[in-house]
Amino acid sequence: MLKIENLHVSVDGKEIIKGLNLEVKKGEVHAIMGPNGSGKSTLSAVIAGNEDYEVTKGNIFFNDENIEDLSAEERAHRGIFMSFQYPVEIPGITVTNFIKTAINSNLKARGNKEMPANEMLKKIREKAELLEIDSRFLSRSLNEGFSGGEKKRNEIFQMAMLEPTLAILDETDSGLDIDALRIVASGVNKLKNKDNATIVITHYQRLLDHIIPDHVHVLQNGKIAKSGDKNLALQLEERGYDWI
Amino acid sequence: MSLKDKLVSSFLAFELDADISSPVHEIRSNSIKQFEKIGFPDRKNEYWKYTPIKKVLNEELTLFKKNKHLIDFEKVKDFFLGGIESYKIVLIDGVYDPRWSNTTHEGVDICILSSVLENDKYAELITKYYNKLVDNSESFSLLNTSFSKEGAYIHIPKGIELDKPVEIIHINSGGESSLMLQPRNLIILEKNTKAQIVESHYSLANDDNISQDEFSDKTDPLTNTLTEIHVEENAHLDYYKIQNDLETTSIIDNTYINQKKNSVASCHTFSFGGNIVRNNLNYFQNGENINSILKGITILGSNQHTDHHTLVHHANPNCESYQEYKGIYDEKSTGVFNGKVLVDKVAQKINAFQQNNNLLVGDHSSVNTKPQLEIFADDVKCSHGCTIGQLDKAALFYLKARGIPEKEAKGLLTYAFANNVLESVNMQVLKIKIKEIIANKIGVSLGFEL
Repeated sequence: MLKIENLHVSVDGKEIIKGLNLEVKKGEVHAIMGPNGSGKSTLSAVIAGNEDYEVTKGNIFFNDENIEDLSAEERAHRGIFMSFQYPVEIPGITVTNFIKTAINSNLKARGNKEMPANEMLKKIREKAELLEIDSRFLSRSLNEGFSGGEKKRNEIFQMAMLEPTLAILDETDSGLDIDALRIVASGVNKLKNKDNATIVITHYQRLLDHIIPDHVHVLQNGKIAKSGDKNLALQLEERGYDWI
Repeated sequence: MSLKDKLVSSFLAFELDADISSPVHEIRSNSIKQFEKIGFPDRKNEYWKYTPIKKVLNEELTLFKKNKHLIDFEKVKDFFLGGIESYKIVLIDGVYDPRWSNTTHEGVDICILSSVLENDKYAELITKYYNKLVDNSESFSLLNTSFSKEGAYIHIPKGIELDKPVEIIHINSGGESSLMLQPRNLIILEKNTKAQIVESHYSLANDDNISQDEFSDKTDPLTNTLTEIHVEENAHLDYYKIQNDLETTSIIDNTYINQKKNSVASCHTFSFGGNIVRNNLNYFQNGENINSILKGITILGSNQHTDHHTLVHHANPNCESYQEYKGIYDEKSTGVFNGKVLVDKVAQKINAFQQNNNLLVGDHSSVNTKPQLEIFADDVKCSHGCTIGQLDKAALFYLKARGIPEKEAKGLLTYAFANNVLESVNMQVLKIKIKEIIANKIGVSLGFEL
């Protein structure tokens, strides 16, 4: 599904990712771990299509299509979703109106009709329930005044609504208390199926107690320094990143 | 002949046509004398520094209407609020049109000003309230006082809460290209009353109504409007202005609001177009525990220009004022915000807030924004802030990453930027109408129900 070959990425002329290779197949969950500044968030931003990051070398293929020249919205239309580490606060647009617009934009881009209002409402209710989101929360302005936990839950709610093929969770566990972590993780697990894939980007192991990865990669100095199964995450927790 | 000389010399003819015996004859005469003395302002005048008003003061302008232009209701039906019952005063090219109006004298007076000025029954009220708030050093106010004879008269006697909103609708038929209109409103809310008023300015395109050959003298119309509002003790007024005109029409609006103790007066100004639009909104706080609310949304494109000059005069202690103006400027449009807050020495414990945020969408658009605080009291809270900027890149990426195309994402963020000003609009049907105009102005379908 996702194939990254010898990727080099620069921000403001400074190289952050220096020759990264990664392959994610459908049905898989990959965890990418690494110390601060190792390039984890840069990797997710580049896959999602943030134009502030410049790919200087290498390729990203998504379902065999080179996505280098695709805009962020075009990548979303193909089924790529990123849960933001720092979701942006947008006063003046409600959560509901935002998600409606997003869903219909994706449907239109894929050549489908807009979703009828009653169907939309039903889906919103269903997914809100999945993430234990209060309905009052949906009529609030997007992320404005949300707690850290509410923001992350709202990200996963959007993921549940949009049903992406590839979901990248960028530090979704940061700022979550243990209950919110459980809700978010169980939401992610319920959305998992044999046709989609998830990349979990995290600094700590604790999220991986709830979302069990098939593969764990350690990102260090812009490259994948070590790959393994879920036991690698446990070893890292015990021995720290210096051990690699 | 210059426009000034032309106007001064036409005063006599105008007064003969009006009514010399009217109680306001002397007021008019004094005003034209004063206008003759001071004339029109130029840009050396600080108050007019950023607005090239001379541009629209063409000597071809005339006070006298040539023809009556009949308009189909179909063409103007969107100018009405619709969906709710309301009192209505409709003026077409400055002349009252009873066909679409809905006035009343039952318990309250909601009617045209001319009928009141000519009726002895109202002489006492007119003497008490007419032209009492106007700044006699302001040229356009003087001009309006000299020549106005039509507009809305709204009088709400003690203790009455108006059962439905009032719409004052000015329609420019497009049939008279060089018309200079002088509409005038007098609004009196007595003790313990409540009212909502929506005043709007619209123009029809020229070719809608008359053939082009009638347009040999093509000078763009100018509306010089003045509104006096008296909000007595414990009264509550919500005033909404919609300026959604053609690119050729200019408006100068002087509004004077005098508030007595424990009263609330809000004024929302929605400026969506016109050649040059100048709003002078003046609040005078004439008592304690007064709340004054001034809000505005300006959305312009092409070469349009809008200037908001606000003045809140805190003359008494324990009062509040809240100003929030947002501007969205596309193409070569320009804007001005000048917010003056004057706090007298006796006006202790007041809280004055002022905020002006602007979004420059067009590469050649510009804004001049200036808070102007003159504070003579020492125990007050006055805050102000202004921003001029572009859409937030991080927010734009967030929307795009969810599959919302760039154009719509920008539209949505622009809409969101303006949206919170509407929170204080206490009339659902108006809120929806404004949201529709905004969506239309920004040029996006928002993809959800407003």
